[in-house]
Amino acid sequence: MAKGYRARGVRQGGWGRTGLAAVVSVAYFFPVLWIILTAFKTHNDALATPPKFLFHPTIENFIAVFRRSYIKGFEAVDTGFALFFFNSIFVSASSVVIALAIGTLAAYGFSRFPLRGNDTYLFIILTTRMLPPIVVIIPIFLMFRVAGLSGGYAGVMLLYTAFNLPFAIWMMKSFFDELSGDVEDAARVDGSSETRVFSRVALPQVRAGLAATAVFGLILTWNEFLFALLLTGVGTRTVPVAMAQTIGGDIGVRWGLLAAIETLFLVPVIVVSFLLQHQLLRGVTFGTIKR
Amino acid sequence: MTQTPVTTATVAAARPATWWTPRWSNWRLALVVAAVVLPASALTLPVNAAFWLSLAAATLVAVTAVVDAWGRRRGPLLVAPALALLFVTNLFPLMWSLGLSFFRYRANRGAAPVFAGFANYQTVFASPIVWDRLQTTALVVILTVGTQMIVGFLLALLFEKEFPGRRVLLMLVLTPMMLSYVAIGAFFRYYYEPTFGLLSQAVRVFTGRPFILLDTPARALAGIIVADAWMWSPFVMLLVLSGLVSVPAYLYEAAEVDRASWWRRFWTITFPYIRSLLLLALLFRTIEAFKIFDVVFLLTEGGPGTSTETIGVYVYRLAFQYFRTGESTALAYILLFIVVVLTNLYLYFVKQRSAEA
Repeated sequence: MAKGYRARGVRQGGWGRTGLAAVVSVAYFFPVLWIILTAFKTHNDALATPPKFLFHPTIENFIAVFRRSYIKGFEAVDTGFALFFFNSIFVSASSVVIALAIGTLAAYGFSRFPLRGNDTYLFIILTTRMLPPIVVIIPIFLMFRVAGLSGGYAGVMLLYTAFNLPFAIWMMKSFFDELSGDVEDAARVDGSSETRVFSRVALPQVRAGLAATAVFGLILTWNEFLFALLLTGVGTRTVPVAMAQTIGGDIGVRWGLLAAIETLFLVPVIVVSFLLQHQLLRGVTFGTIKR
Repeated sequence: MTQTPVTTATVAAARPATWWTPRWSNWRLALVVAAVVLPASALTLPVNAAFWLSLAAATLVAVTAVVDAWGRRRGPLLVAPALALLFVTNLFPLMWSLGLSFFRYRANRGAAPVFAGFANYQTVFASPIVWDRLQTTALVVILTVGTQMIVGFLLALLFEKEFPGRRVLLMLVLTPMMLSYVAIGAFFRYYYEPTFGLLSQAVRVFTGRPFILLDTPARALAGIIVADAWMWSPFVMLLVLSGLVSVPAYLYEAAEVDRASWWRRFWTITFPYIRSLLLLALLFRTIEAFKIFDVVFLLTEGGPGTSTETIGVYVYRLAFQYFRTGESTALAYILLFIVVVLTNLYLYFVKQRSAEA
């Protein structure tokens, strides 16, 4: 990365710049850092005034999320977050896989065999993603109620597939557009069938793009709140919904426990976005801006 | 683009075929069959059998259409599944709610929708509440997008040069935008908490009294804007940074030879490279901020009173708490129109930028 940047004219700053940037970055990251620290505190340490920066770390909060229930009055209550984490993983993974399969085919079509009105189709597809979710959810909520889809896995998975699809199409199209068609044409001249050109020539070249799109889709779905709030039932609730419902509830006043749940929820996202650094710009703009 | 390879389907299409020739590629025949089978089975057979038979007929039409298009119309065939899914889950519901916006209807009552013409739109446009919520939203959009542009720009300037540890530090700054709104809402609820929250404790050092941020309208608004701007400033930074690093080094070298001032160097060399990206960032963030829902919903729930209730939260309330379904769809359509216009504008500038490059 450093090399490529230098060639395009990134100038050198010394360790002085590092010091300044470190102060700013750590201050900027502090709200996240503090939550992660809180997750390792005991209940009393988490509520200490003045706040404690030095403490004996404990993992009891993490155990409480999954294993040991917390005590409310005389009763032991389960947080239920093991199920919610499973729901989140299951629903995001399956919807991303389906959306990626359909979206990659469509992106290849849009990129290589443009239709009449290609741009119009693409505009409509992007618009469905840019619309306020509240606009889309009102009729969907009513329809799912009639079709009996709300509350189960199928409904929310269907909706998340549709939620990921525009993103997958635009991202994958931006990757396909970057490839030169010459290699594919060469394969055609050599007598490859169209299916083979797609699966053996085009697809392997966008492998990195596929991975990036999948991970971005996972993050977006993992974080999604409103659709899940309205369409999941008690047994199919995802982590964001469950987390929002803890606010003001029993877990909500247990900052340590809540922080542990948040940490478990955030750390995967932080790790994968670190790995995706090069594709971040394209990912957050739905593939409309490449560099 | 590419030459269409000759396949059996093209050969078959070249031969003179009538609509009744039974062939896998003859979708016209399949359509006729389906048109006969559907009403006939619905009238004569029990519901279950009729359903499966109709499904089979529909599948036959789909299969023949695919066989017919195979090899000749690759583009439509490839995008068809995606478009079909989006039609079912997005466009059809939207058309349905467009229809619903002309009806008097409450989803929590058994009563059937009653046609009302433009009454819902009249109610929405005449409602002082809607205008008030739109004003709140406009205020939030202006303040949060403005803050994001400034903070994002300054952060980009900080990371413009290459220095040891840049990659890791950059990632620390970029993290907030990848996180969930719910997590951000929960964080800031924790930090704004009057007794144990960090903000209250910090203020108490100076004033000696606990500080309740969210109890006046202006401060609650500030609380929302800080959370949202913290989350999305990195987005602006990322866009500006990509412009900054694309400036060729020789321009700066030439400017150094000419002893141009920092200010002049910025306006004549740097700014032209980031101008289009600044515009795109501004538009993208405006669209997103206009939709603001989650942060408000989690942090203040629109309170105190309704002072921080943005239009997104209001539509949610209208639809799912007051159950004024007809009215909510009318208002939703007005929002949809605004977002479509802004998205169009955004894509126009995206195209313009790629044409320049």
